[in-house]
Amino acid sequence: MKQASGIIFQVLQSVLVVLIAPLVLGWVNQCRAWLQNRSGPGVWQPYRVLNKLFHKDAVLAHDASLLFRSTPYILFGCMWLAVGIVPVLATSLPFAPAADVIALVGLFALARVFVSLAGMDIGTSFGTLGARREMMIGFLAEPAMLMTLFTASLISHSTSLPTIVDTLGHGELVIYPSMAFAAVAFVMVLLAENARIPIDNPSTHLELTMIHEAMILEYSARHLALVEWATSLKLTAYITIGFAIFVPWGIAQAGDWEGLLIAFAVLLVKLALAGAGLALLETVSAKMRIFRAPEFLGTAFMLATLGMLIHFLLEA
Amino acid sequence: MPSLPLWSQLINLLAALLLLLAFAMLTQRRVLSLIRLFAAQGFVLALSTLVVAYTTNQPDLYMSVAVTFGLKVLALPWFLHWLIRKLNVQWDIETVINIPVQMLVGIVLVIFAFNLAAPISEIAGTITKSTLGIAIASILLSFLMMIARRKAVSQVIGFLAMENGLFFAATSATYGMPLVVELGILFDVLVGTLVFGVFFFQIRETFESLDIHHLEKLKDR
Repeated sequence: MKQASGIIFQVLQSVLVVLIAPLVLGWVNQCRAWLQNRSGPGVWQPYRVLNKLFHKDAVLAHDASLLFRSTPYILFGCMWLAVGIVPVLATSLPFAPAADVIALVGLFALARVFVSLAGMDIGTSFGTLGARREMMIGFLAEPAMLMTLFTASLISHSTSLPTIVDTLGHGELVIYPSMAFAAVAFVMVLLAENARIPIDNPSTHLELTMIHEAMILEYSARHLALVEWATSLKLTAYITIGFAIFVPWGIAQAGDWEGLLIAFAVLLVKLALAGAGLALLETVSAKMRIFRAPEFLGTAFMLATLGMLIHFLLEA
Repeated sequence: MPSLPLWSQLINLLAALLLLLAFAMLTQRRVLSLIRLFAAQGFVLALSTLVVAYTTNQPDLYMSVAVTFGLKVLALPWFLHWLIRKLNVQWDIETVINIPVQMLVGIVLVIFAFNLAAPISEIAGTITKSTLGIAIASILLSFLMMIARRKAVSQVIGFLAMENGLFFAATSATYGMPLVVELGILFDVLVGTLVFGVFFFQIRETFESLDIHHLEKLKDR
């Protein structure tokens, strides 16, 4: 019985997250528009864009190989799997034991490698440029991300996300100073990994400083739609990982249908707040030069390491 | 993990904030932001002392909270603001050498300080015993800042931040020094800063810059 409800929960969560991921992106964009005194395109705009792109005919470069064509599907699959592993609505999902947080970071790395390869595949200078920059950001952001996750793992004695949620969210309330450091580091990594300001500007298509957009410049129609969808899924995955570690309250346990409804309502509130916060962060900060990115991510790494050290000093 | 009482947790949180601010000062380029961070550090220091005073019920400490707040959150930052306005270095951006390297050195210092404090914390009986490592770490970080900076104003802020760390160390090791000693030190710091202020004007008059580097060439030829 528990097994069956677990599977239903898993399917429900996976479908739901895929459906609301563009909404998260739309909400962030809408908040940004409001903060910049514009009326904005509305929160449903990403869905309209996806709909439009799916109805267009795809154009491929002459030299595009199988790698270029298959990357959008791999990318989308990776991100979908990632949000299936993260306890968004409920813990004890059947997928969750398959991968802990380290495997999750590996999954993001896999997606990154494929996007970079696809960017270089067609041989345009923009694609190569974007791929190189992406790899640079990635190799700096990953250690910081892992250190952040290790801090949470040290507290809950497990690298599996559901266990972390159970320990932090359903235990007694304790102030963890180390988690404050980890949270700041995590937000910095989130900004860098999702190509947001201060590292990259998500709303530009023609700029010499772009990173993510430079790699996917040659994609069109359904391929582009999948890449865009995967981008919004990645953002949602990162935000929900943040929820699972730093604000794990309200996530249901398996087989608890009433808890599921509450979890859904809590999730929407949390997503709305996080999206508004993200928009605010992006509005008040300016994009930095690419050569300042190592400093930014170095700070994130340092904060995460400090969090771990403080855990050993104050909490062990 | 046995959970600590709430007050103790709060002190730990404030101690962690203090360390964070020490790191922020280490990596801050702007003089103006540096002064703001210094004021914030003073505020966190006063707050944590207040919590210690309340939990351990020591009227002496309330006094030092008031003096700390008055001096380190209001008077000294105000004086420094006035000073940089007079010297016209408000918008100065310092060319700090290689911030990532400084941060790595900072992390090594923190590890060193934590290890240094561990045996002392073990035998101490105060509720603040685990924060001694953080106090030593912030002293060392401020020291590093004084070494790495080239402008006179930031060096003085590093000196003041070091005093903050020492004050915190005293609070966490022995619930603060006797009031007479504390007042003496604070008075020294105040006078020291005023004297430094006079020095700034002299340095600028002689070299037309506040860069300490010029002081290395003081030979008569």
